[in-house]
Amino acid sequence: MLEIKNLHVKLEEEDKAILKGVDLTVEAGKVHAIMGPNGSGKSTLAYVLSGRDGYEVTEGSIMLEGHDLLDMEPEERAAIGLFLAFQYPVEIPGVGNMTFMRTAVNALRKARGEEEMSSAEFLKAVRAKAKELKIDAEMLKRPVNVGFSGGEKKRNEILQMAMLEPKMCVLDETDSGLDVDAMRLVADGVNALRDAGRGFLVITHYQRLLDHIRPDVVHIMADGRIVKTGGPELALEVETNGYADILAETGAAA
Amino acid sequence: MTAVAKLGPRAARRAAKLEATASRLEALTLPESGEWLRRARETALARLREIGLPDRRDEYWKFTDPATLVRTDAPAAALFEITDEAMVFDAIDRLRVVFVDGVFDPDASDELEAEGLEIVRLADAGGRDIHWAQELFGALEAEGQDPVTRPLAALNTAVATDGVLIRATARVARPVSLIYRRRDPSAELALHHVVKVEPGAELTLLENGPGAARVSTVTEMCIGDGGVLHHVRAQGRDHERRAITHLFARLGEQSVLKSFTLSANGALTRNESVVWLNGKGGSAHVAGAAMGDGAFHHDDTVFITHAAPDCESRQVFKKVLRHGAVGVFQGKILVHQAAQLTDGYQISQALLLDETSQFLAKPELEIYADDVKCSHGSTSGEIDADQLFYLRARGLPEETAKGLLVLAFLAEALDEIAREDLAEEIREKLRGWVSRHR
Repeated sequence: MLEIKNLHVKLEEEDKAILKGVDLTVEAGKVHAIMGPNGSGKSTLAYVLSGRDGYEVTEGSIMLEGHDLLDMEPEERAAIGLFLAFQYPVEIPGVGNMTFMRTAVNALRKARGEEEMSSAEFLKAVRAKAKELKIDAEMLKRPVNVGFSGGEKKRNEILQMAMLEPKMCVLDETDSGLDVDAMRLVADGVNALRDAGRGFLVITHYQRLLDHIRPDVVHIMADGRIVKTGGPELALEVETNGYADILAETGAAA
Repeated sequence: MTAVAKLGPRAARRAAKLEATASRLEALTLPESGEWLRRARETALARLREIGLPDRRDEYWKFTDPATLVRTDAPAAALFEITDEAMVFDAIDRLRVVFVDGVFDPDASDELEAEGLEIVRLADAGGRDIHWAQELFGALEAEGQDPVTRPLAALNTAVATDGVLIRATARVARPVSLIYRRRDPSAELALHHVVKVEPGAELTLLENGPGAARVSTVTEMCIGDGGVLHHVRAQGRDHERRAITHLFARLGEQSVLKSFTLSANGALTRNESVVWLNGKGGSAHVAGAAMGDGAFHHDDTVFITHAAPDCESRQVFKKVLRHGAVGVFQGKILVHQAAQLTDGYQISQALLLDETSQFLAKPELEIYADDVKCSHGSTSGEIDADQLFYLRARGLPEETAKGLLVLAFLAEALDEIAREDLAEEIREKLRGWVSRHR
């Protein structure tokens, strides 16, 4: 589904390489986790996947179901089914959460040549999803992420994910800033969306999220590369021993 | 000339200004009218001769050149291609008072009568004894000349040929709607309105339409104790029209004024609002949303005086500017010593959609009471890159996302419109503007 080949990325404004040859393939129906110490390039990978400004791809390619992502605007990537759950969801005063989500859903439907949803249809659909995800419908009436707690913001991301029904979901440090209960709610939301046709890339610093979202494959990232790939047991190894051993073993700098 | 040369620089400037004013007013003839109105007009003219017409060197005209507002002939302004039917507030049940090129149109207007309302055309009022209007006409304008002069308001009092005198004696649900249509590209308009809301009464006043190539309106508002006045205005879409408007509002105890103005387009607009909170517990909100693309100069000049304790005031002005458009905000809160427990708020913000646009702001606070809460802020900035990316990452095309953020930026000003049906009408116009200016 998602194929990243030899991806090299540097910051646009300074001559600093962040990703130094990332190779990664996520198959449909699978959950891949990327773990790594701070500064290893995990979040940069998420932003480059979603098309954020400020990064320059100097080498390599990213394909999503045969589409060359690097040729596409962020909204075009969303339209073919890419979704990024933000580490820091952005507050947008003055834009109602409901208006925002309906506009997004209809923009995607339009881009895919589907009928737009009426307000009534949308309202019904979003309420049903919110209930499934245990999200207070009150949250829909407020401006996007404004005054939301950390947990509410992350659940709002998951609700958007559920409404937009993407094929490839990238979760950037979705566990950051969450207590155990909030994390469990978010993980339940993600698990509910696991599906044979959908791929997940879960980026996290800690193993604890992976207790709740069981990955099929775990990658360790360090200094802009994937340095080790394994099964769920790799996450446990990090939990027990930290990153130092793995990094020493693979000869990567932290 | 030798006499002028002996004066100091300030006195010489004043002499030159008054001379220019005298020569500009030379050919002026006051409209025909009955006794009290003629007297009010003559007094206004005398006032104007005393203070002089504005020029760029006046403190409150530094950011806005009054030349095209002052000169004898108004520059013509192309008529915007828009049918009268597409104008704002069409969905609202209202009592319509229609002016075409500044002339009252009885056929297009409704009967000027309703339960709890007295409405008299200014043109018919001069010969009649209408005490409540006589006391106010030109009087609030005259009071508003101090401490900052408003010469174009005095000119309006002197020359305005028509307008409406409205008195609400009860809670009136159906708005009175003043509609300013245009037909002649070079027509000029000067209208002077008086609105009196009696104690405990309530009125909604709507104004919309481009009016004329050059527009001058003065509205004197007097709101009695416990009275409520909602004012929502949309200044048309004509790109080349010029407008100078003044609101003078005096509020009694526990009374409420909410005034909102939408200005989309217009070569030059200066909206002045002068408000006195004279009774305990009064509340005055003055707000505006302005959007300009290209040749657009928009100036909000506001002066709110807290003269009584425990009053609240809000000034909320938002401008969206593009392609060299210029926005100006001059807002003042004056708190008298007696006005303890004042709650004053003032915000003026511009969203600059490109680097050629400009926002000039002069926020002022002058406070003589010690127990007050006053805050003010003024910012100008561009569309937030993080917000834009977030929306695009969710699939919103860039232009749609920008449009949504523009509307979000304006939302705080729209929140000042109390009636949701009116707010929705204005919102619809904003959406239209945003979708046309991508």
